[in-house]
Amino acid sequence: MSELLIRNARLLDPAAGLDQPGDLLVRDGRIAAMEAPGGFAGLEVQDTMDAAGMVLAPGLIDIHVHLREPGQTWKETIATGTRAAAAGGFTTVVAMPNTVPVNDSVESLEWMLAPERGAKVHLLAMPAATLGSMGETLSDYEALARAGAVGFTDDGKPVLEDHVMRAALVAAARVGLPMSQHAEDTRLTGGCSMNAGVVAFRLGLRGMTVEAESKIVERDIQLLRDIEASEHLRPHLHVQHVSTAKALAAIREARRQGLHVTCEAAPHHFTLTEAAVAGYNTNAKMNPPLRAEQDRVAVVEALIDGTVDCIATDHAPHAAHEKEVEFERAPNGITGLETALGLALRVLHREHGLPLTRVLALMSAQPAAILQLKDRGRLATGSYADFVLFDPDAEWSFAAAKSVSKSKNTPFDQAPMLGRIHATISEGRIVYRS
Amino acid sequence: MHSNLDTPCHPGSLLSVQHLTVSEVGDILAATARMDAMPQDELARVLRGRTIALLFYESSTRTRTSFELAAKGLGATTTLVSDKSSSIEKGESLKDTGLTLRALGAEAIVLRHNLSGAPELLARMTGLPVLNAGDGMHEHPSQALLDLRTILLRLGRDATAAHERSLEGVTVVITGDIRHSRVARSNAMLLPRLGARVILCGPEELLPVEALGLGVGLGVGVEIERDFDRALAQADVAMMLRIQKERLAGLSLDLAEYIAGYQLSSERLAAHAPKALVMHPGPMIRGLEIAGEVADGPQSAIEEQVRHGLSIRRALLVRALGAAA
Repeated sequence: MSELLIRNARLLDPAAGLDQPGDLLVRDGRIAAMEAPGGFAGLEVQDTMDAAGMVLAPGLIDIHVHLREPGQTWKETIATGTRAAAAGGFTTVVAMPNTVPVNDSVESLEWMLAPERGAKVHLLAMPAATLGSMGETLSDYEALARAGAVGFTDDGKPVLEDHVMRAALVAAARVGLPMSQHAEDTRLTGGCSMNAGVVAFRLGLRGMTVEAESKIVERDIQLLRDIEASEHLRPHLHVQHVSTAKALAAIREARRQGLHVTCEAAPHHFTLTEAAVAGYNTNAKMNPPLRAEQDRVAVVEALIDGTVDCIATDHAPHAAHEKEVEFERAPNGITGLETALGLALRVLHREHGLPLTRVLALMSAQPAAILQLKDRGRLATGSYADFVLFDPDAEWSFAAAKSVSKSKNTPFDQAPMLGRIHATISEGRIVYRS
Repeated sequence: MHSNLDTPCHPGSLLSVQHLTVSEVGDILAATARMDAMPQDELARVLRGRTIALLFYESSTRTRTSFELAAKGLGATTTLVSDKSSSIEKGESLKDTGLTLRALGAEAIVLRHNLSGAPELLARMTGLPVLNAGDGMHEHPSQALLDLRTILLRLGRDATAAHERSLEGVTVVITGDIRHSRVARSNAMLLPRLGARVILCGPEELLPVEALGLGVGLGVGVEIERDFDRALAQADVAMMLRIQKERLAGLSLDLAEYIAGYQLSSERLAAHAPKALVMHPGPMIRGLEIAGEVADGPQSAIEEQVRHGLSIRRALLVRALGAAA
């Protein structure tokens, strides 16, 4: 029997509306009990941790990461990527399927989730929605669901064909899982490497329009409506990394109409704009691209008004030599696991006044709800002892060189952060300590 | 805050006209005029013993030859590397190609590249002075400078200095495939800073409204006029651009319609701009954007542009290597 007592913490659980000082006892990887400070006095415990001045919150949950294994282990591995997750306060991450080969079978899913991969935190996966993520033939949703899939996606690519997307939504609904869409009409974005507009024109780069995102979101919502009307199913559409006011407006309206649509936003989309591409900075190149200021503001507003359900990093590691190339040749994506909390607290909490508990809900309780996790993302007796312990007032600067991810492709090198993580605990084990 | 942008570019680099102050433009014009007046044997001593690499990822006649002749005329040793017939064909990266040239003794690199921003990357990776000889749809700064010199001389203005009013009262109409043109971008971002009014002209497919952003914060800025005749009627300078078929990427353009609307024909020139200076950065497609007789006619400055290209590029090479001339 292993025990850990965390004393004098500010216990903050958005799921329970809890924000008060207290002590928390962990036993065998789960929360055994919570008491007022000093409530466990006299108890003989194996390990204790003094958390005075710290917030103890549910471990963060990232529903969108790229761990690059199998196939691209020079960028990241499941072990290094989940180590970066732990350093960023995450205790659950969801691996995207665009590995080599694509994770589109029970065999590859089981391989990925196997203990031999050495994940430092709880690892989940969304396998491919279509075989090889080719957008044509659905993968076996029933078998994948039984093997532990938490949703389906062809992330990096959209499911473009109407009839394929419709079938995917129906098949996912039948197994009770979300269909997660990378919303980009690739028929409109050929050769494009950043957001369309004045900045792209000045740089001589072809730009992706906001419509390339919003059109797919609108199409998918229409499919949901059709399916609800004709199939007596209630499909769950999850829209990944929403970056435009127009797509957010469509999602807001769909939810008002009662459709089951959820969505995520990435820290870079609420922190940066297309201006960061200046100088052809390939570490500011990702897909969807950094947008104009009005779209950045729209993402912030949607996080505040509840249209956005969760913050997801889209952690996308690439080796330095892959990014040290001509802008249009550089791969899309930036790392994000170690900067997510610091940016969310700085931008959403400090700059825009979103309460701490709301910021944490966007990174724990709400993504847990999308993934239907019953015993994670909350501080409740019997739940997994997944925690992030951090000083909410500490200001610091991120140093890319010190990142524990295998890759350092971030536009946030030397960027100011708010909230310093002191420890991350996954199922009762300390997986990160500053 | 961007780690891959940490290395500052060598001050002798010219990557974008936006990096030049008006007084630096004046220095370049002055050096150009000075060297134009120098005897050949004196010129040949200016860069004697220096090594310049010409790195070309895209075909070029004018720019390549003029940089090469300019360097040789100044006494420098040059070496030409093109994407065909080099290790670039084997997949060597721009970074490694640049580091190789540096290791072989290149003190400056003149780069022509089909992708926007490549000169920034090369300058950062090598730390050498890099001269942008045209990058993708982005910029062609030496072309804008030679166009500026051509305009100043033909309009009888001082071509040995530059200030905010050098081109006061001058309207430059740039017509054609603005969307894909690095020449249009460099000119539209340079000439207004010297007092010129720049009118961009062309159909929506080739001239999106975002182009107005080129002139933000610059002097009288940049305007769009879709009607070619109306634009021409205001022109002191009519700069024509080629339709870049190689960059059209999915755009469909009716050439007959384009010619009817936007070709600079002798009738059009006589009717609307009988005194305007006619310019073209080349290569031109006679009979498409410009009629052959206009290109060869008395209003044309096209060959002078080429000659001034040689002079301007001399000054840029000397500036890059920090030599005295």
